[in-house]
Amino acid sequence: MHKKYKNKNITMAHGSGGKASSDLIKDIFVNTFDNDYLSTMEDQARFNIPAGQIALTTDSYVVNPIFFKGGDIGKLAVTGTVNDLAMSGAKPLYLTCGLILEEGLPIETLDKIIQSMQKTAEEAGVKIVCGDTKVVEKGSADQIFINTAGVGVIDKGVEIHSYQAKIGDKIIVNGFIGDHGATIMQSRAELGISADIESDCQVLNHLVGKMLSVSNNIHSMRDATRGGVVTVLNEIAQDSKVCICIAENSVPVRVPTRGVCEILGLDPLYLANEGTLVCVIQSEDAEAVLAIMRQTKAGKDACIIGEVVEGPEGVVSLNTLFGGTKIIDKLVGDQLPRIC
Amino acid sequence: MCLGIPAQIKEIIDVDNQVAMVNLSGVSRAVNIACVLSDVCQAHDLINQWVLVHVGFALSVVDEEEAHKTLKILDEIGELSATVEEMNQGEK
Amino acid sequence: MKYVDEFRNPEQAKKILKEIEILCTQIELAEDRPIQIMEVCGGHTHSIFRYGLNQLLPKKLDFVHGPGCPVCVLPRSVIDNCILIAQHDDVIFTTFGDAMRVPGSDKSLLDLKAEGADIRMVYSPLDALTIAKKNPKKRVVFFGLGFETTMPSTALSVMQAKKEGINNFYLFCNHITIIPTIKAVLDSPGMRIDGFLGPGHVSLIIGTQPYRFIADDYHKPLVAAGFEPLDILQSVWMILKQLKNGEAKIENQYARLVDDAGNTSALNPIAEVFELRDFFEWRGLGSINHSGVKINEKYGAFDAEVAFNLKEVTITDPDVCQCGEVLKGILKPWQCKVFGKECTPETPLGALMVSTEGACSAQYSYGQNIDLINKK
Repeated sequence: MHKKYKNKNITMAHGSGGKASSDLIKDIFVNTFDNDYLSTMEDQARFNIPAGQIALTTDSYVVNPIFFKGGDIGKLAVTGTVNDLAMSGAKPLYLTCGLILEEGLPIETLDKIIQSMQKTAEEAGVKIVCGDTKVVEKGSADQIFINTAGVGVIDKGVEIHSYQAKIGDKIIVNGFIGDHGATIMQSRAELGISADIESDCQVLNHLVGKMLSVSNNIHSMRDATRGGVVTVLNEIAQDSKVCICIAENSVPVRVPTRGVCEILGLDPLYLANEGTLVCVIQSEDAEAVLAIMRQTKAGKDACIIGEVVEGPEGVVSLNTLFGGTKIIDKLVGDQLPRIC
Repeated sequence: MCLGIPAQIKEIIDVDNQVAMVNLSGVSRAVNIACVLSDVCQAHDLINQWVLVHVGFALSVVDEEEAHKTLKILDEIGELSATVEEMNQGEK
Repeated sequence: MKYVDEFRNPEQAKKILKEIEILCTQIELAEDRPIQIMEVCGGHTHSIFRYGLNQLLPKKLDFVHGPGCPVCVLPRSVIDNCILIAQHDDVIFTTFGDAMRVPGSDKSLLDLKAEGADIRMVYSPLDALTIAKKNPKKRVVFFGLGFETTMPSTALSVMQAKKEGINNFYLFCNHITIIPTIKAVLDSPGMRIDGFLGPGHVSLIIGTQPYRFIADDYHKPLVAAGFEPLDILQSVWMILKQLKNGEAKIENQYARLVDDAGNTSALNPIAEVFELRDFFEWRGLGSINHSGVKINEKYGAFDAEVAFNLKEVTITDPDVCQCGEVLKGILKPWQCKVFGKECTPETPLGALMVSTEGACSAQYSYGQNIDLINKK
């Protein structure tokens, strides 16, 4: 970062479109994102797209706190959008970056976040090719909000849809669930708990590429962000008009994440993830896909947690640790810590 | 009601205000120990003891002996059932 | 997890379940109906649903979900008072996550938070005290609710506030007591409960002596029970054994934490700070004498009711609401006149539809489908 920004904060001038704005864009964004598309400084990025179906997505990031164990809002803004593209089987190519900054945000903090975005974009193999910055008065936003849109290409023959789950299909997750939600929960000062957990925040496109290299029979796939694994399973069960049954004892949950859940009365199946995918796959292909997933960092703890079964349409059931059965529905609202 | 969970007392962090640090599966939290102190149990006696924690307060010390007794009874309920089953199978 | 996982062993459960099944066939009731066991405590209701225990137990055995969910039974008038307090600009309103979604006459605390009120979820009343210390210019109100289990924590927090001279901390006290509540259930006409699962965590404060009258005067068994699935199954087994032998005793399954005499170190602060109210209004059960506590005069400076000049407002449940009958085991949720019609989880009329673990809410969300799955 240029030393002229040391100990300086974002002011309304940085969003005015004048010199302060253009300096900030050049010094922080163009410098860091460093690619030919962005450095032309046109009003739009221009690029050619390889043959195939185009996938387009957008998401906004408002996480609090903006830095957490295992990630930060910048990393999240790239992984979230890249993963949304990857879940269709698309190869993510280009991202946009829209920023809403609160007056008073230290420029050093902004720089850290932008660096983190670039690092994550490199990991994913995508380029951040255009952007926008607005500054709002103190109190009108919480430090920094980021929106990213992403574009990718789906190869011919790849057809992954939430309505394709079929009886007999296996349900795979790529690793331990709930770590992101538990991390955010424990970083909230008023709850006063501390645990050795970090967010699972990571890009999944390379993992998905590997999975597609060994199977044409991935029927449905979603990343289990807000609302957790249960919410995704319910969406798939409803869209595919099938019944999904998972076994509680096969769902991987880290010990400290379980500890946070026991103390606060939460269910890890509903906790948010930022690098966890749920894949519905034809059973014959399940072992091959698991094997290749386990060779990757993002998938080394992959496992089967359940299957699509005969039963009432649109319903997800859980065989509890204890041998009982219960229906696990979407939550009405957020999961709140409880005492009873 | 009343979500309560056993955790282990690791350290007394404030004797005057009766605060200890407990640990559960790698999760730490400061809890008040006033309800588990008495003439016969001083703060330092609690180190490494397991307590039931509810809304940031230790409410009771886990009695290890009683816990084992309960588990033993649970075992015996099982045995009884197994014996009955054996007898039934014998009859067949 | 120590003292947790040992009590969640599914293999062990199979054996107890078999024993329970045998016992059920040996118990003869005067009427042709299932054996009804009331779990007084919402924590037990939660465990029963979480582990699917109701699906594992024989059809001849029914759990009746009791009044021990302090969130479900909060009357609308209390939530309305919370909203009156939290609307003050100089107030930081703190409470447990559980209370956030309970509907008042007009809105919930979560709704008010969305409108900009400073409402914070805390894990402990001590955290509210910390917030008060950090914000000396604000009045910090803690909304205390729950049975005897939670009382020592709020009492000690108020005592701590007094000790440290924190004069911007207030308690809005809505604690309730278990014994008059069980008595109200026992006294209600048409009551059909055969035995009680006693609330384990309340018992570790008050002991098991206060339950004596249930055995002596009403001739019903009660077993103070832990919350892990094996605790619950063992306690059910203990109740059934009593029923089979025609006994009515107070037993303690949760001896690893519950002392029959209770916990004096926890009872003392309760006595120091609180006194009984003449009556407390419950959602679903109506008014029950001496079933609530308030802050006594000695600690009056910390009483939010005084500081905010709150009036006793009573908003009775709608006439059509039959929660009381469901709570007492007389009606099944779906037999209530408004079940699934005027009363749904999104727009609850009665207590049992409020919390997701409430008997009616669970029945509404899962009832039909769980039967379909189990038929398979």
